[in-house]
Amino acid sequence: MKAKIHVTLKQGILDPQGKAIEHALDSLGFKKAANVRVGKYMELDIDQTDKAKAEAEVKAMCEKLLANTIIEEYRYELG
Amino acid sequence: MNIGVVVFPGSNCDHDCAHVVKDVLGHDVTMVWHKEASLAGLDAVILPGGFSYGDYLRTGAIARFSPVMQAVKQFAGDGGLVLGICNGFQILLEAGLLPGAMLRNRSLHFVCKDVYVRVENAATPFTSFYKPGQILRIPVAHADGNYYTDPVTLAGLQANAQVTFRYCTADGKVVPEVNPNGSLDNIAGICNAGGNVLGMMPHPERCVEAVLGHDDGRALFQSMLTSLEQKKLAVVR
Repeated sequence: MKAKIHVTLKQGILDPQGKAIEHALDSLGFKKAANVRVGKYMELDIDQTDKAKAEAEVKAMCEKLLANTIIEEYRYELG
Repeated sequence: MNIGVVVFPGSNCDHDCAHVVKDVLGHDVTMVWHKEASLAGLDAVILPGGFSYGDYLRTGAIARFSPVMQAVKQFAGDGGLVLGICNGFQILLEAGLLPGAMLRNRSLHFVCKDVYVRVENAATPFTSFYKPGQILRIPVAHADGNYYTDPVTLAGLQANAQVTFRYCTADGKVVPEVNPNGSLDNIAGICNAGGNVLGMMPHPERCVEAVLGHDDGRALFQSMLTSLEQKKLAVVR
């Protein structure tokens, strides 16, 4: 089973990279783009056929290592 | 005294720390490879600056799982002195030995320059050689020093005098203009509730000899070593 994991800074925490990109988009004429957030994307294979078990494992990975939940939030897809 | 300096893959201020303790202050140093599981025989531990594990994922995120960190947790839990400088501070945060987390500098730049910090708490084992409110000139060199924590934790740090150093002007004013990274409340260093674990972004080990420019960092190591000596004397008595 493959897990696709996204980690981004929590809403409300300043994302300086997102801001810099937003300004660049603006200067390129993309005036309608707003609220750019930069994050990390990770994918990994899990040797697990039971979806609930795989989900529990991915969640534990995110909580323990992949995200720092003081500043970041995460979401994932399994398939 | 015998001071341990932990060496992670990517540490690069480890020998500077060892130089201060050994050559400048005349104590023993043990370099502790991060695979070590024991800190037996050591009187204090320094987690030096650098780029442990290439800063992959997040600064300090992988180093905190090195075997030595279990021993560091135990050591700190028993009241031992643990000093984390720069990357060492980031590792202490990721390990949960200090509260909060580091964000990328607000400017997105790697900031490498001398700054001024004010000693906010001179009653810790790391700061007793300083006067309360003393202003130190001390270098910073980091890309992720933008200290963040939730408002409740921040209020707790302030109320318990755990904010040890804050960025300030040359005459001691704590204002946003001199904050090099955007850290909350101009925080440059914090200690734990027990006062025996200190994390700081500035590099005291880079300013200990007047011949090399300035020596405001020297008193931090003197404070540490003197506090250890006093503790030992108290045990002997």
